[in-house]
Amino acid sequence: MFGYYLHLAWHSLRRNRVLTALMVLAIAVGIGAAMTTFTVLHVLSGDPLPGRSGELYYPQIDPQDARGMMPGPMPPEQVTLIDGMNLLRAKRADRQALMAGGTVPIQPDASSFDPFYVEARYTTADFFAMFGAPFLYGHGWSGADDEAHARDVVITRQLDDKLFSGADSVGRALRIKDTTFRIAGVLDDWHPNPHFYDLTTGAYNYYEQVFLPLQTALELHFDKNGSNDCWGNGTGGMQGGAYPSATCVWLQFWVQLDSPAKAAAYRQFLVRYSEEQKALGRFQRAPNVRLRNLTQWLDYNGVVPGDVRLQAWMAFGFLLVCLVNTVGLMLAKFLRRAGELSVRRALGASRRALFAQLLTESGVIGIAGGSAGLLLALFGLWMVRHRTSDYAALAHLDPAMLLVTFALATGASLLAGVLPAWRACNVAPALQLKSN
Amino acid sequence: MQIKPILAALRRHRLATLLIAVEIALACAVLCNACFLVARRWTMIQINSGVDESSLAVLTVNGFDPKLSADVNARMLTGLRAIPGVQSATLISEVPFGPQTGAAGVTHEPGDFKNLIGVVDFVLAGPGTFKALGLKLVEGRLPQPDDYRPATSFLPDYAQVLVTRQWAEHAWPGENPLGKSFWCDKMHFRVMGVVDHYARAQPGQYDLGQGEWTVFTPVVPGGSLSGTYLLRARPQDVQRVLQAARAAVQKIAPDVVLDQDNSKTLNDLRANYFKSDRIMIGLLLGVVVLMLGVTALGIVGLTSFWVAQRRKQIGIRRAIGATRGDILRYFQTENFLIVTFGIALGMLLAFGLNAVLMRFYELPHLPLPYLPVGALALWGLGQLAVLGPALRAAAVPPVVATRSV
Repeated sequence: MFGYYLHLAWHSLRRNRVLTALMVLAIAVGIGAAMTTFTVLHVLSGDPLPGRSGELYYPQIDPQDARGMMPGPMPPEQVTLIDGMNLLRAKRADRQALMAGGTVPIQPDASSFDPFYVEARYTTADFFAMFGAPFLYGHGWSGADDEAHARDVVITRQLDDKLFSGADSVGRALRIKDTTFRIAGVLDDWHPNPHFYDLTTGAYNYYEQVFLPLQTALELHFDKNGSNDCWGNGTGGMQGGAYPSATCVWLQFWVQLDSPAKAAAYRQFLVRYSEEQKALGRFQRAPNVRLRNLTQWLDYNGVVPGDVRLQAWMAFGFLLVCLVNTVGLMLAKFLRRAGELSVRRALGASRRALFAQLLTESGVIGIAGGSAGLLLALFGLWMVRHRTSDYAALAHLDPAMLLVTFALATGASLLAGVLPAWRACNVAPALQLKSN
Repeated sequence: MQIKPILAALRRHRLATLLIAVEIALACAVLCNACFLVARRWTMIQINSGVDESSLAVLTVNGFDPKLSADVNARMLTGLRAIPGVQSATLISEVPFGPQTGAAGVTHEPGDFKNLIGVVDFVLAGPGTFKALGLKLVEGRLPQPDDYRPATSFLPDYAQVLVTRQWAEHAWPGENPLGKSFWCDKMHFRVMGVVDHYARAQPGQYDLGQGEWTVFTPVVPGGSLSGTYLLRARPQDVQRVLQAARAAVQKIAPDVVLDQDNSKTLNDLRANYFKSDRIMIGLLLGVVVLMLGVTALGIVGLTSFWVAQRRKQIGIRRAIGATRGDILRYFQTENFLIVTFGIALGMLLAFGLNAVLMRFYELPHLPLPYLPVGALALWGLGQLAVLGPALRAAAVPPVVATRSV
C-alpha cells in the first residue's frame, strides 16, 4: 500500500510542479538556515569531556582585600599562586591540578629547524589523569617530579610528528628556552573544545603543544599567557618579577570529586580554608567560595558567543515561518484535489487510507526539502568555516546532526501535512461528485 | 467597497485565512526585531573614533625587561622617527579598536566604591600623542610639558586629563566639566579639556552610549607607558611605513619581540574589530529578505488557490455587472484585511520575541516606531503578492458563469 501511496504522491507532485517546488524550497531554506545555526550551537556548547565533566569542579575562593577594585559578590575567576599551591598540597580532592598557560620557544637540535614558539601549559602531575588525556607513548610526570622541579615535558603527537617524525620520543631530550628537558610522554590527539580548563587564553581552537611542571616553569621564568586580575595597590601586576604579585589571581585550579558527598565536603574545606586565611590576616573578606562543576563553569562564563545563540533564535523563527507557509501551500494543494479524493472515497477508500496517502505525500516533500536543506546547511557551514572567528574551523556536520536534519525536515513536513490532510480527507464524497 | 461579503467569504475559509495571518504575524515579529538588531549594530560600527584613522598605525613590542622600558622607548622612538615617511612616532597605551589596557571604575569622591560614575578607559599618552591622534579639542586647553606626570603604578597619582564630551555629559550633566575632579581609588584626576570624539579601545563591549568613555591621560614615558607606539604618516604612506617599521624592529632593538597581531594600521584594526558585526548584519538582513520572500510566495500560493476555486463565482459576479476593477479590488481588500489581522497579532509577538531576546542580551525595549514601519512593509508585501493572482481573477470572463465545469 505504501508503494502505491508513493506512486500517487509522485504523480500528484509532478502534476503541479510550481507548487511542489515552492513547498520543497520553503522547507529547504528553513531547514538549511536552522541546521547551519544549530550545528554551530551544538558544536560550541558540546561537552568537552563527555563522561567526566560531572566530576570535575572549579573551586573559587576570595582572597581580595576589603576594598577590592571589582565590586560584587562573585569571587575572582582564578587563584593566586599562594592559594593555588596551598590547595594543591592539601590534597583534599581525589585529584587536583594547578595550571597556567604560556608560550615557550622550542630549540630543536636538528639544524633543519629554526627555533619556533608553541603554546605551553604549566601544570601539575594529576592534570593528565584527571582530564583523561590519552597518551600515545610514555606517561606524565609524578607529584614528586613537581616538587623536585623536574625537567620533564609531555608533548603532543603533532609536535612529535614535527620533531621526531612520529617516532616514540620518550626519554629523548628537548631544548626549551635554553633548558634541556626530558620527554616523559607523548599525548595522542586531544582537543577538548571549548578549552575549558583555561578560558582566559581563548575558548575555542586553542591547543597547547607542550605540557611541563608548573614549578619548573616558574623557576625558569617561562612566559605566561592569559589574564591577571589584581587588587590593592599592587595593580601593576608583573612589575619587578616575572610573574604577577601575591595580590593577583592568574592560575586555574581544578579538582576531581567522585561523589556529590565529596563535593559538599570540599566546599566545607574551602570555607574552612578561607576562615583560616582570614585568621592569619591574609584574607580580609568573609569566606566567599564557589564550587562549580565543569558544565556550570562553562555556563557561568557564557562561553558560547552571544551572536551564535542569536543566530539560532532567528533561524528558528525563520523555520517557523517556512513551516506555516508550507502548511498553507499544502492546504491549497490538498483541497484543490477534493474531486479526486472524493472519487477515491466513493470507490471505498477509508478516511484513514486517504489520510495516509496525503501524509505520504507531505513526507515525500519533507525528504526532498530535507535533502535540499542539507545541501544548503553544508554550504552554510562552509561559509561559517571561512570566517575568522576562533570557533569557525569547528563548524562541521557530525552524523548525529545529519540525522537530526532529516528527522527535523520529515517531522516538520509531516506536521505541516497533518492539518491540511485532515481537512481534505473530511470531504463529503457525494457532494463533491455532484458539484463536479 | 463592501467589506461584509468579504468577511463572510473569509469565514468560510477560516483555516487558510488564519494561516496567512499567522505567517504575517511571525514575519512581523521577526522583521521588527531583526531590523532593530541590525540598526543597533549599524550604529555601533559607525562609531566616530575621533582620531585620523587613515593616517595612523600602531606598533607593539614586548618581551623586554620592564626595568629597561625607558631605554627601549628611547631606542624605539629614535629608530621609528628615522623611517622615511614617518611624520611622528609617539607613545600611547591603547588605540581605538586595539587591545584594551586600562579600564577602571571612577568615582566623584576618593575610594568611594559604592557610587561608581562608570568604567572608563584610561589612555596613557606621551608628549606629541594628542597632536598625532588628530583629536579635536572643543573646550579647555592642550597638555603642556609639565602636565606629563610619572605613572608609578598603572596610573599617576594625580594628573590633569582630557575627557570626551560623551563622558563629560554623563559624569557632570548640564555642568561645565572644566576643572572638575574624579577619582580612581586614591588617584586623582582633574579635567583640563574636552575633546569632541574619542572612542575607547573596545567600544563594542559597552553599551551604545558608552563607547567614548575615554580619558586622555598625559604621562611621562616609561613604566606602564612603553612598548606601544603610534605612527603617523600621510594616508597613502601609512601601510608602507608600517611595513618598514615592522621590518626595522629587529635592527632598532634586537632584544624585543614584535607583537605581530597588534601592529597594524588603524583602518585594518577597525575593519577587523567590526568584522563579526558586519557578518551578523548581513546574516540578519539575509534572513529578513528570505523570510519576506517565503511569506510572499505563500500568499501567492494560497490566493491562487482561492482564485481557482472561485472561478465560477467570479464569472457570475462579472456576468451580473461587476467590473474587472471590482474583482481586483475584492482580492486586494481581502488581502488587506487578513494582513491587518496578522499585523495586530504580530505586534504582540514582536514584543514577546523582544522580551525573550532581552533576557539573553543586553537589549533595550523595542522602540515603537519599528511597528508602524514593519506594518507598512507587510501591507506593501501583501498587496504586491496578491496582485498577480488578483489580476488573473479579474481576467476571468463572464462567460464562465454559463459553463457547467
